[in-house]
Amino acid sequence: MADLIQLAKDAGFDQAEVYRVSSESQPIGFETNRLKEASRRDTSGAALRVIKDGRLGLSATTDPAAEDGLVARVVELAPFGAKAAFEMPGPDDYPAVDIFDPAIAALEFDTMVQTGQTLIDAVRRDWPELNCSANVSRGVHTMSLSNTSGLEAEYRQTSYSVGFGGELVRGDDMLFVWEGYGASRLFTDTDWMVESVLRQLEWSRDTAEAPSGQVPVIFTPRGVSAALLGPLLSGFNGKAVMTGSSPMAERLGDKVVDERVSVFDDATIAGAIGSRPCDDEGVPSRRVALIDRGVVSNFLYDLQTAGRMSAASTGSAGRGLTSLPTPGTSVVDIAPGDTPYDDLFLGIKEGIVVERLLGAGQGNQMGGEFKANVLLGYKIENGEIVGRIKDTMISGNVYDALSKLEAVSDRAEWVYGTLRAPAIRCLGVEVASAG
Amino acid sequence: MTLRDQMQDAIKGHGADYLEIRLEESDSTRIQYRARELEEIGRTSGRGGSVRAAVKGGWGFVSFNDTADLKSRVKLAVEQARAVGSEKTDLAETDPSVADVPPVLVNDPGSVPLADKKDQMDHYNDLIWSTPGIQSSTVIYGDNRRRVHYVNSEGAAVDQEFVHVICYVSAVARDGGDVQQASFSIGSLGDYGLIEGLDDQVRAVGQRAVELLSASGIEGGERTVILDPVLAGVFAHEAFGHLSEADHVYESDQLKEIMVLGRKFGQPHLNIVDGGAIPDLRGSMAYDDEGTPTKRTDLIRDGVLVGRLHSRETAAKMGETPSGNARAISFNHPPIVRMTNTIIEPGDASLEDLLEGVDDGVYVRNWYGGMTSMEMFTFSSGEAYMIRKGRIEEMVRPVMLSGNVFKTLHQIDGIGNDLGMNQGGGCGKAGQSPLPVSNGSPHIRIRNCLVSGA
Repeated sequence: MADLIQLAKDAGFDQAEVYRVSSESQPIGFETNRLKEASRRDTSGAALRVIKDGRLGLSATTDPAAEDGLVARVVELAPFGAKAAFEMPGPDDYPAVDIFDPAIAALEFDTMVQTGQTLIDAVRRDWPELNCSANVSRGVHTMSLSNTSGLEAEYRQTSYSVGFGGELVRGDDMLFVWEGYGASRLFTDTDWMVESVLRQLEWSRDTAEAPSGQVPVIFTPRGVSAALLGPLLSGFNGKAVMTGSSPMAERLGDKVVDERVSVFDDATIAGAIGSRPCDDEGVPSRRVALIDRGVVSNFLYDLQTAGRMSAASTGSAGRGLTSLPTPGTSVVDIAPGDTPYDDLFLGIKEGIVVERLLGAGQGNQMGGEFKANVLLGYKIENGEIVGRIKDTMISGNVYDALSKLEAVSDRAEWVYGTLRAPAIRCLGVEVASAG
Repeated sequence: MTLRDQMQDAIKGHGADYLEIRLEESDSTRIQYRARELEEIGRTSGRGGSVRAAVKGGWGFVSFNDTADLKSRVKLAVEQARAVGSEKTDLAETDPSVADVPPVLVNDPGSVPLADKKDQMDHYNDLIWSTPGIQSSTVIYGDNRRRVHYVNSEGAAVDQEFVHVICYVSAVARDGGDVQQASFSIGSLGDYGLIEGLDDQVRAVGQRAVELLSASGIEGGERTVILDPVLAGVFAHEAFGHLSEADHVYESDQLKEIMVLGRKFGQPHLNIVDGGAIPDLRGSMAYDDEGTPTKRTDLIRDGVLVGRLHSRETAAKMGETPSGNARAISFNHPPIVRMTNTIIEPGDASLEDLLEGVDDGVYVRNWYGGMTSMEMFTFSSGEAYMIRKGRIEEMVRPVMLSGNVFKTLHQIDGIGNDLGMNQGGGCGKAGQSPLPVSNGSPHIRIRNCLVSGA
């Protein structure tokens, strides 16, 4: 491993930073109800970021033998680079964030196999015709960062994830059901996943005719993730605010959605997959309020974007090995409301539940728009679920929908370990279906 | 010892039913503008490899960046496979190929100076901003050279090199809380020339973003739609291509029944093919990532299902022939069944013929994306225009279209004579994205297609 900081200093760079990552992951995969594949994936690499004559340069490699060449490459690139709007930060105090669990590092292969097979077998007891797949994965990830301002940051993170589901084919009708969860701490209670998949199958037993036009829609926590999260968060990215392409630009302090909506980005939540003591530029993690009781409270910034906006980094820099840092979310935490889950259905004469979508994220997300086919959703009649809806699309605008909010459930649930969200009932969503 | 010798040496005495090693070197350049400013310019080199082993029908897969000790990686992959397998390894027979395939190079991006690439993108960004009312823009240029070395335990040894170039531009216009965007993307196999001379397309992106602010939306529901060749290509990929990938089908009795060869999927004018052997497109290659020579596979002929896309395992389990469609996005992933270049073959209608008699419909062009769940699929237009009394009229906001594979293909009632290719996309499946693919079609007309509100 080359001492890239020294090499960069020798080459006369004003400021330099070395970002290193290495990870080991061991996923196993089940297909057609039995174990099919076991893998081991090791990746590592180094990226050198420099500021030379006020301009940014980056070069990266996954080839340990090519590390010495990074400096020469970045010399060639820096004159073309963007103007740096920040100085590399020095040492800082980081919060203690619980993201390493030795029990994951010590997990036995056979235990992982048993976990996946048990889930599949449990669901197939009631639904033998379900064709199941599953994956169980564990990993250890190391990030280290050093720069010419004396910053030295390093952390190790474990991850463990379990996902399983199946397809039910009847004639030309196909139903896909799935549940999954990931955390940086080992978890052994997976019964709730079986219950969730069984509930999806039960609610889909009958097919119902979807309503058309604007009807009340309940987004389950997973539905919130599928439909609303992408269009909402794209407007809070500091880069979109900087260029003025976010509808939230110049709206800081304004009430833009119902006051029951509060959204945070929080990398300090213990045990979550996206948590970390500092971001990928070495800025300490913190809880950032994006929407506080309906009011635009802050945006997500990395150092460069914050510098351009005369703001402070929110510790939101994320990066792939081969690209410059960019602002992004870590763990999104949406505050629960005060309506018991079952009461969400009260008084709905005709409406739908949205759980999973197909094609969400295509289209004008930045404008707050969502459009998608309902991959898994149900029809509500007189407050009761009467069956699965198919060949149905929803469309709407997230700011509009969250302003026409009707209720927020009193409990937030984890969706894949990077989002904690309640179920949300709102109006303002257009439903269209094939006859 | 040559690299190939080292790889073949590492395989010796492996103890698996089947084993393969892939090693890869890559070099990439990326230039990105955001709004008026250059945001990022970077060069990246990568190196790594993987070993895949089969024992009693179970697969072990090991990937790594450090390629020094191949023998220990082989050992680990075989151990993994042994821990999984309990049935029988079943791979379709192929003649072991030995080949060294040079890259397709028309105009090598590697020989174009970085400053020239930057000037070209500077120029495109200026063109977007030449339209008054632009709020922001994104311009991305990328090229990638990837050399892949492959050997397997049956004696195949294939070296292949690929050079890919992509260019993506988008523009954002905004009026208060109303934000609209438009985009264009193109990719090519080994031809930097295709990235040049796009002035008209790039200028139109800026103009469209601004015009969309005053365009109105439409109500969702079932409508007659006419798709341009680019969006119809995406349709072919999403609506049918994914369902023709045999790994979804090969172990499910119900799906085998649904996807039985000879089933009618469309009217007699419908013909769909896929093939890596179709030359000079983004998904073109001589061999797939199991060393199987690629070909051109008929999927639908005269409206009837006649073929599907295979790896060696899916072909063996279904008693069919490998089609050369086992692809891995990089050494980090095992090969899985993927499309290459997917095409709806042209018919004889002109666009005017297709428009004739459409009293109230939507003309949709270009694409944002697409997705499938086998039975149902969606695809999104980049542009949409009303059709009234057989004429293309005012622009409306882009729509998403959705269909059901067992119904929608039958509802294609007109196929144009003007084949065009969409080379701007990549495909995602099982965490491997974006895989270079192309798709193409002439203009097509679909009756009663479900259209989202906009």
